[in-house]
Amino acid sequence: MKILGIDSSGMVASAAIVTDNVTTAEYSVNFKKTHSETLLPMVDEILTMTDTHLDELDAIALAVGPGSFTGLRIGAATVKGLAMAAEKPVVPVPTLDALAYNLWGTDKLVCPIMDARRNQVYTGIYSFENGVLRAHTEQLALDIAELAEQLNALGRPVIFTGDGCPVFEEQLKTLMKTEFSFAPAQMNRQRAAAVAALGAIYYAEGRSENADEMKPVYLRKSQAEREREEGKGTYYES
Amino acid sequence: MSVKILGIESSCDETAAAVVEDGSKVRSNIIYSQIDLHEVYGGVVPEIASRKHVEKINQVIKKAMQEADCTWEELDAVAVTYGPGLVGALLVGVSCAKALAYAKGLPLVGVNHIEGHIAANFIEHEDLKPPFMCMVASGGHSHLVYVKDYTEYEIVGRTRDDAAGEAFDKVARAIGLGYPGGPKVDKLAKEGNPEAIAFPRAHMEDAPYDFSFSGLKSAVLNYLNGCEMKKIEINRADVAASFQAAVVDVLTDNSVRAAKAYGCEKLALAGGVASNSALRARMTEACEKAGVSFYYPSPVYCTDNAAMIGVQGYHAFMAGERSGLDLNAVPNLKIGER
Repeated sequence: MKILGIDSSGMVASAAIVTDNVTTAEYSVNFKKTHSETLLPMVDEILTMTDTHLDELDAIALAVGPGSFTGLRIGAATVKGLAMAAEKPVVPVPTLDALAYNLWGTDKLVCPIMDARRNQVYTGIYSFENGVLRAHTEQLALDIAELAEQLNALGRPVIFTGDGCPVFEEQLKTLMKTEFSFAPAQMNRQRAAAVAALGAIYYAEGRSENADEMKPVYLRKSQAEREREEGKGTYYES
Repeated sequence: MSVKILGIESSCDETAAAVVEDGSKVRSNIIYSQIDLHEVYGGVVPEIASRKHVEKINQVIKKAMQEADCTWEELDAVAVTYGPGLVGALLVGVSCAKALAYAKGLPLVGVNHIEGHIAANFIEHEDLKPPFMCMVASGGHSHLVYVKDYTEYEIVGRTRDDAAGEAFDKVARAIGLGYPGGPKVDKLAKEGNPEAIAFPRAHMEDAPYDFSFSGLKSAVLNYLNGCEMKKIEINRADVAASFQAAVVDVLTDNSVRAAKAYGCEKLALAGGVASNSALRARMTEACEKAGVSFYYPSPVYCTDNAAMIGVQGYHAFMAGERSGLDLNAVPNLKIGER
């Protein structure tokens, strides 16, 4: 089985090919250039480097969200274009599932945190049971204090990962009552190999979709919609 | 051999795709308009627009291919709007078009949205060929452009502040017509007297072909406030007609003067405001008087659409223009810039 994985949910742009449980190529860049400039050239590079034709793929796995709204859309639109042309199914992989999967095998809880601004994180609580990723919560946007409270209640050691780590490190040091640590550089950001590897599992479980219907998972409404629901008058001013 | 281009457009609140043959034959022209979604906000909300684009983009492209009865193999290139426009919205079309072109091994051509509006005129007017003068007026843009060649332009005049369409939207909101303002003002103005209220026509001394609509907009708002204070009943149709007449006067006067000054025998109108019936009528009259041939596209090609992107994509493609896999959205892209 051959899966192309793509993650552009955060600062990192990442593309990988996983072939029969082996990562045959992975390219990740955490740099200020926009995903629009980097992502497709990276996909081209790994396909060319490994003599892989899009036709050989079984599916394309995408970190479908949460994340930067624009980043998610660049990833989704890119995957939609590729999948439409190559007539391949898409496997939407929750961004936080893939982030957690980088820490496969630990007996601690894994808590990916992505900076969601306004003192919130996009997060989920995960563990591995007999080698299988288990989500204890849905992906959600949560205040950092509330997350710490939930983790404290579980009373198990926790590994934090994701771009929220440097942002919330100090706060977590005061909030956390259980043992905790931060994942090291090779596994603390989005990696498309994890998206593709998890994508392969989800694909085998039948969790693929038609690319045309796929939507990013934002976890948040647009500001205009929120303000309108809160009755904060009109959004558009002349 | 004919040349077939798939055009893709997502710069504002319309998700569109079209197949165009030989730069003028529109084989399909699919537009998914989000107007209903934005109406309650009184204007386009960029985040909502971007989200909708990503939901609709594949369906719209597939429908365009189906209606054109065109296979991927028959295409010669993919053309996509990469600016100007809302960055989040543009990125959806750009990302999808790049991936599609890459996966099908097709050349990719990035197209300027405003150049696309100008090119919409080639669809129905075989005799219109550069050089000519073109007035592009829409919700986001107001430019007077000397079209030297299919991919060569000189900007002759531009708005100093609000775009013409923007002024329509703002005045429409002030007299309670809602969004989008252009068609609603146009309709109401038909029942009003264009000479009822003397609104100002701004002319720039230092740049004879530039225009400004913010003073006009303020004059309308002041008039409305004044009536309210003096408890005078407002005739909204007269306000709409008088405001519209001021916009039409300035656009027409500048366009015709520029056409004459540049020795153009042809003058074209483009962009959403080109659908305005008063502007068309006034331009027709003024051009006839000046001995200049006047062109404008059908309303469906005035609004944002992908057929115009396919047409301009064709000319850019024939001129050898190609974009790379790193093509980015350029929200402030200028006419003629590459």
